[in-house]
Amino acid sequence: MTKIVRELSSTHIENVSRRGVLKGLVASGSLVLSLSIVGLRKTFANAPKYGGDGMPHGTVNNPHTFVAIAPDGTISIVCHRSEMGQGVRTGMPLIVADELEADWSKVKVVQAPGDEVKYGNQDTDGSRSTRHGFAPMRQVGAAARMMLEAAAAKRWNVPVAEVAASNSEVIHKPSGRKLGYGELAADASAMTPPVVEQLHLKDPSQFRYIGKEGTHLVDGFDITTGRAKYGQDIRLPGMKYAVVARPPVMGGKVASYDAAEAKKVAGFIQIVELPAPTYPLAFQPSGGLAVVANSTWAAMKARDALKIVWDDGPHASYDSLAYRAAMEETARKPGLSLRNEGDFAGAFASADKKISGEYYIPHLAHATMEPPAATCQIVDGKAEVWTSVQSPQAAHDLVAKYLGLPGEDVTVHVTLLGGGFGRRSKPDFAVEAALVSKGLGGAPVKVVWTREDDLHNGFYHTVSAERLEAGLDKDGKVVAWRHNSVAPTIFSLFSPDPKHEAVLEQGMGLVDVPYDVKNVSVENGEAEAHTKIGWFRSVSNIPHAFAVQSFTAELASSAGKDLRTFIKDLIGPPRIFDVKGRVKDFWDYGENPDIYPVDTARYHAVIDLATEKAGWGRTLPAGHGLGLAVHRSFVTYVATVVEVAIDDKGAITIPRVDCAVDCGPVVNPDRVRSQLEGAVIQGLGIALMTELSFKNGRVQQSNFDDYQVLRIKDAPRETHVHIVPHEYNMPLGGVGEPGVPPVAPALINAVFAATGRRIRALPIGQQVAKA
Amino acid sequence: MFTLTINGQKQTFDGDPSMPLLWYLRDELGLTGTKFGCGVAACGACTVHIDGEAVRSCRTPVSEVDGKSVTTIEGLDAQGNHPLQKAWRDVNVPQCGYCQAGQIMQAAALLKQKPHPNDADIDEAMYGNICRCGTYQRIRAAIKQAAGA
Repeated sequence: MTKIVRELSSTHIENVSRRGVLKGLVASGSLVLSLSIVGLRKTFANAPKYGGDGMPHGTVNNPHTFVAIAPDGTISIVCHRSEMGQGVRTGMPLIVADELEADWSKVKVVQAPGDEVKYGNQDTDGSRSTRHGFAPMRQVGAAARMMLEAAAAKRWNVPVAEVAASNSEVIHKPSGRKLGYGELAADASAMTPPVVEQLHLKDPSQFRYIGKEGTHLVDGFDITTGRAKYGQDIRLPGMKYAVVARPPVMGGKVASYDAAEAKKVAGFIQIVELPAPTYPLAFQPSGGLAVVANSTWAAMKARDALKIVWDDGPHASYDSLAYRAAMEETARKPGLSLRNEGDFAGAFASADKKISGEYYIPHLAHATMEPPAATCQIVDGKAEVWTSVQSPQAAHDLVAKYLGLPGEDVTVHVTLLGGGFGRRSKPDFAVEAALVSKGLGGAPVKVVWTREDDLHNGFYHTVSAERLEAGLDKDGKVVAWRHNSVAPTIFSLFSPDPKHEAVLEQGMGLVDVPYDVKNVSVENGEAEAHTKIGWFRSVSNIPHAFAVQSFTAELASSAGKDLRTFIKDLIGPPRIFDVKGRVKDFWDYGENPDIYPVDTARYHAVIDLATEKAGWGRTLPAGHGLGLAVHRSFVTYVATVVEVAIDDKGAITIPRVDCAVDCGPVVNPDRVRSQLEGAVIQGLGIALMTELSFKNGRVQQSNFDDYQVLRIKDAPRETHVHIVPHEYNMPLGGVGEPGVPPVAPALINAVFAATGRRIRALPIGQQVAKA
Repeated sequence: MFTLTINGQKQTFDGDPSMPLLWYLRDELGLTGTKFGCGVAACGACTVHIDGEAVRSCRTPVSEVDGKSVTTIEGLDAQGNHPLQKAWRDVNVPQCGYCQAGQIMQAAALLKQKPHPNDADIDEAMYGNICRCGTYQRIRAAIKQAAGA
């Protein structure tokens, strides 16, 4: 935190013109002041950039960009991140409103279009929004509040020290006179803005909303009444509808097609041929044929009537069964050494007990409830896109490139996202809409993806085989540890396939396991990608944590020790675990390892909290078992205890889950809990039933009938989220993703506790069912 | 030509009789509160009431709705204050919110049949409605809260 404070204090505020006045909001009476971080960038020009400053376009703390106050006192606060269920449209404006001393009932949230030069980085990914937004959004609110106070003091001709802002009013303390923010906004806009050194951030004890219970969702009413608009819901006058027939195999293309039958479908308008992508594929759309019609239904019927011969390209033999066998073979051989301490081979050879385990997790599809969709129209050479994307700037840039338009002639409006989980970080569907609109001479068109399109044309979670080996001494202490991870990399999208996990993936629970073991070898075997690999909520943490936490439980069992005690012993004494010094290159979620060190005390704290709340060690009914797993990801620590009940037919139910989360200080505790509750559901789905597989290069599942996800019947009867309390004197951690990784191993460990049966390949499916 | 009542208003349709009610609602009438999630009646996002019963509109051709009365999320309560809608907001059920209209319509049909459902009733009735954000625990809580109100 000290570094953050120092960085903030080196920030300068500049007075600027009105160029940033919010379009579409009340311009007259809007606050006009600007902070910039020019000074900061000059000062640390050559230092590595971390956190929000390390992201493209950094952070912006300009209140003029984010706040507009109308004469009637309505306060518009811009949310520049995408809402996909994490609660960012409530949480980010809440930070501004708190420092601004705004009456929350007068706040209106305005969604920013994609414009990172103006708003700073907008990539809603990596559990970063609140973590990176907390400091600049506080500055936005505090600067605006001080300008309003200064405006009131001037109006009354009193020293500014005699006035104070409170709940959308400024009060003259000696006289009790009051002025509403709406009455002051015009004057405030003409005030000289404070420099950051003079910003009075609130003492956290004075927070009105931050860290408090009882905040309702800003979109709650619209969502529960059907008014909320997602990408699928956009309607423009004269709009056409399109669906796209895409190559079923990565890198495939149309060899030939016959549209005679499709053209007979009532409502059919046109076929638009989409260009085949070139390597590296990155976020390009897959190509194929867009079928345009006067309704979604007509477009789908016409697509069904198309006859297409595909040229499948080089990945037509991708087969998940064969691929798994090959990966497991690779994992048994030495891999590329990532971390090597002591003498693993020697210690393993002389160990009292030698244990090994191999763990497999298949591909997963995000399967967001809203299938991808985007709408585009091009008028007078200017393109407008409406879509549900996590990275509107990426969508903007790619649309501009495909249409050959300068950036200023492309606008990407961000709707609500019907789920994200990483899928909507890739704006391929926005580009499709732009290309189809172009093919229609710029006419408005909505490209709708079906569920089948979604499952067959995704950027999937990687598939992985992890092999672990360990040696125990006579006392059951781990003296040797080897982990060889094999999984195709996301970076196969961006370059010739590197065939090795990138530093970013290695940092997700592979090289940063803080176990107190002297002889360690962490390796990475080669794996070639045969489909598009993409970010999926929690990313490589899922396979790494599953393997490490399952194997840890196997070692505990082999040593005859209680799992909780064993993990805590293995983590060792409270200390900062230096990862940087152990590997060539360490990526710690883009954060400064000095500010966010791997702190084993925080592992212990979440283990203690979760196990205490779950009643670890209690006597359980027959067929029940408790399992535990702990994992740090996105600079947050989570321990999860799952209780399972397994009946005599092997059917699994889950009476209770306890999660303890240490994500540093919290903005909106209700949304922290909801993210963890959701992570439990997603993690349990991964553990129990979810699997995407390939044969002949094609995805074998088509829809929710064969791509199984967790339903309400399978959900735990109770999930309890326990937040480790912190003051606001330390940096924030991520929340959206860290809940997922420990869930599957905690469940698997619980199944073992209940049955003695060790599951090493997910999903469990029918593995414990009895005929 | 088909005649049907949508949220109390008479509508006529003379297009493709095989068009699912979902696309008629969304594309023709602009009632986009009813969501497209799967198209095969496997996720529940498109749930509406037809003559009071919860139905998947994505697999119900308009021709089958001729002469019938359809209620969508937009018509569940004129003010948006059905006890379930209020409970949903009070409990902060939604995350992304995309499935929630379907969840609420399914739950509303349940409460009509069983004003005080137990856990098993809720799980049984709501089994066909997927939420990928994982709001199931709060869905149960909100249904119970609405039932108690």
